Amino acid sequence: MRVTFTVNGREQEADDVWEGESLLYVLRERMGLPGSKNACEQGECGSCTVRLDDVPVCSCLVAAGQVQGREVVTVEGLADQARERGGRATDGTTLDQAKGWQAKPHGAQAAQPGQLAPIQQAFIDAGAVQCGFCTPGLLVAADELLERNSSPTDADIREALSGNLCRCTGYEKILDAVRLAAARQDEVV
Amino acid sequence: MTTLPRVTGEAVARIEARDKVTGAASYAADHPLDGLTHAWPVTATVARGDITAVDDSEALRDPAVLAVLTHANAPRLADAGDPMVAVLRSPHVAHHGQIVALAVAETLEAARAAAGAVRVTYDEQPHDVVLTADRPGLYTPDEVNAGHPADRRRGDFDAAYAASEITVDAVYEVTPLHNHPMEPHAATAVWDGDALTVFDSNQGSTVVRSTLAALFEVDEADVRVVSEHVGGGFGSKGTPRPHVALAALAAKAVGRPVRLALPRNRIAAVTGHRAPTIQRVRLGADADGHIDALAHETVTQTSTLTEFVEQASVSSRMMYASPHSLTTHRVARLDVPSPSWMRAPGECPGMFALESAMDELASACGLDPVELRIRNEPPVEPDSGRPFSSRHLVDCLREGARRFGWHDRDPRPAVGRDGPLLIGSGVAASTYPVWVFPSHAEAYAGSDGRYEVRVNATDIGTGARTVLTQIAADALGVPLDLVRVSIGRGDLPAGSVAGGSSGTASWGWPVHKACTDLRQRVSDAGGHVPDGGLFVRADTEQEAGGGTEYSRHAFGAQFAEVQVDTVTGEVRVRRMLGVFAAGHILNPRTARSQFIGGMTMGLGMALTEGSFLDPEFGDFTERDLASYHVAACADVPEIDVHWIDEDDPHLNPMGSKGIGEIGIVGAAAALANAVHHATGMRVRRLPIHPDTILLGL
Repeated sequence: MRVTFTVNGREQEADDVWEGESLLYVLRERMGLPGSKNACEQGECGSCTVRLDDVPVCSCLVAAGQVQGREVVTVEGLADQARERGGRATDGTTLDQAKGWQAKPHGAQAAQPGQLAPIQQAFIDAGAVQCGFCTPGLLVAADELLERNSSPTDADIREALSGNLCRCTGYEKILDAVRLAAARQDEVV
Repeated sequence: MTTLPRVTGEAVARIEARDKVTGAASYAADHPLDGLTHAWPVTATVARGDITAVDDSEALRDPAVLAVLTHANAPRLADAGDPMVAVLRSPHVAHHGQIVALAVAETLEAARAAAGAVRVTYDEQPHDVVLTADRPGLYTPDEVNAGHPADRRRGDFDAAYAASEITVDAVYEVTPLHNHPMEPHAATAVWDGDALTVFDSNQGSTVVRSTLAALFEVDEADVRVVSEHVGGGFGSKGTPRPHVALAALAAKAVGRPVRLALPRNRIAAVTGHRAPTIQRVRLGADADGHIDALAHETVTQTSTLTEFVEQASVSSRMMYASPHSLTTHRVARLDVPSPSWMRAPGECPGMFALESAMDELASACGLDPVELRIRNEPPVEPDSGRPFSSRHLVDCLREGARRFGWHDRDPRPAVGRDGPLLIGSGVAASTYPVWVFPSHAEAYAGSDGRYEVRVNATDIGTGARTVLTQIAADALGVPLDLVRVSIGRGDLPAGSVAGGSSGTASWGWPVHKACTDLRQRVSDAGGHVPDGGLFVRADTEQEAGGGTEYSRHAFGAQFAEVQVDTVTGEVRVRRMLGVFAAGHILNPRTARSQFIGGMTMGLGMALTEGSFLDPEFGDFTERDLASYHVAACADVPEIDVHWIDEDDPHLNPMGSKGIGEIGIVGAAAALANAVHHATGMRVRRLPIHPDTILLGL
């Protein structure tokens, strides 16, 4: 089947998709967006977390067919999404622009300095990144938390992130990163 | 010439952090290749036996399926001397979950479906997977992990113990534990003639490269292993694991690139685990708590494929003054998955036992547990008689007690109450040895003023890339941003494994050496690098290859406060504090995360992580992250970490001790001791689950 959906603000098509294929597989193998990680493939670890129509989901548990006509945001799109949230015109991207768009997940840096989402910068500054494998999913989940709750309590953060396992950091610095991003958000407002 | 401020010791941000937060960092399964195919393992459903037939007709019906490889049809691998990677070589099944076939297909889903359709018939044989302390067949190994002797005796333990005024005799048990790094073991392999390229998830690609060369009987120069980003390992990627041999084997068989990422629920059986231990500790002391007799006897298991013996009794040889000492290991060779390294093998389960027993001794003597440890501080390392290169355990205990508010507590057990919650606190000591292994490095100065350093280090999340850049910049005397460090490729100058908390010392030393030499050459050239640049090679075969006249260990003290719910039996951690002494800390930002991460894994070991070998089917019942509970964000409280800077001239040019593992050592004992203080109940078997608490209250 053909699946048409929006990924990181751009319309995308995938052909010959098997009905049982996961959104995670479509993103990683068909769209060339390997930022979302496959660590358990059964919704236990959150490493593949993306936004599906704004809701954080484990993309390993979403069948490709379910995303038809819907919007997906991955870690690769966090910076763009944050910029849009920042108050710029949100006309979306034209189809021509979308067709010219290339994911650049490999090799060189995906975004230049200053082009990170606040939560991404906060993860770097707080030292919340270690091996990095859980990081993309945590960023998407944390970004969503801060979008709906600009000054979360520690309990709010712990609850919001408890679907995302991290084996390296012990979470303390991840909490610091979310607190830091929230504080910086306050400064801007 | 002005002197630049040193950057080692500074909280430099992780160099590859930007790539990791944008999704740009490429892990083993992230490399796109033309014509890529996918593999999925078929695993043994018996714990012991021989394969008599493999029916792949159903699996091959799907045209998307390219091959089903088995011992009968796979290209035969040479013997590389490591049973872990001797895949698809024999019809014999040594344990449940062993990989007996591999389906290769155009898509992951087709490979998975094909693997599910393969029918394997076995001549099943009775299996033996149950470890008990008194089972038949326990033997004394020649040596235990890390090359320690299985048994050590000093003085006359039996007589001294019998004569002791105060005694403790207790058995502590740790179940199997699983490393479960977030990145599954994965490899993407492609052949070009006799040249092999592998993108692999490992803790040391130098050995992966030489092992693949041996398995496929090709020249090492023709094997390229790329491991620039690795999503954790905790020991389970310390040597080549089956996935990389299988991916390369399959790529050879189908003539196309193959990716194999082990499914999470297959990882426990084929990549190693922490073996279960049953540890009897006996302490004999005088009324003032001075230990005269110490025995630590470990019973553990290994597989029929390899002998790996968790050296749980070893830290009891050097922790405390103990004139009469007996430390032993007995092992059963069972039809179980092969155990291997998991974060602080030996020290981690061993110190749970010893430090729990120390708490019991403190209770028996009516002494404060911090004071008891201070009273048993040895003047030299008890086992070898060598002086410690540095030992600041007492300082860690005192500083931790002060920061934690330890002395404000009511020492009586089961008196702290907050409604239905019992509140208690506990302490335990930590230790981890200093390891350093020979490594090689190259440093290059360009005429443009930039520097390049090459060493095959592996950054499994530790921050190796960052700290090596700091070491290089200081040795060169140049700003950080002029130095680029290349790591994570098998063709770089050989680096040792990212294991044994040895990485920074082992890789940093030749980096320091090469850069120091290069700086001199630049200086000799009048401070100007000629066209074509300057190039220096260094290795530490001499410096790191030999022994030392010192006993070298890092030490620490862990404090924990828990609440025990008298209604549900649930133990929750309210706070933890670790104070460590591990030489100079080279990057406080990455170091802090290492300590906290280790302590958190110790929290998991104490309360949430536990595995069980089912006697009937002979494999772990907790095989995925739904049943094997890695602590989640809401399980982990505020964890505070401090360190005491040590000036130890007997280590390496950076003066550092390893810090990747010590954080887990002692954490579980501190928590179990806190549970005792809260409830008055000794839990000697981990993990501490609500049912144990409820039955005991």
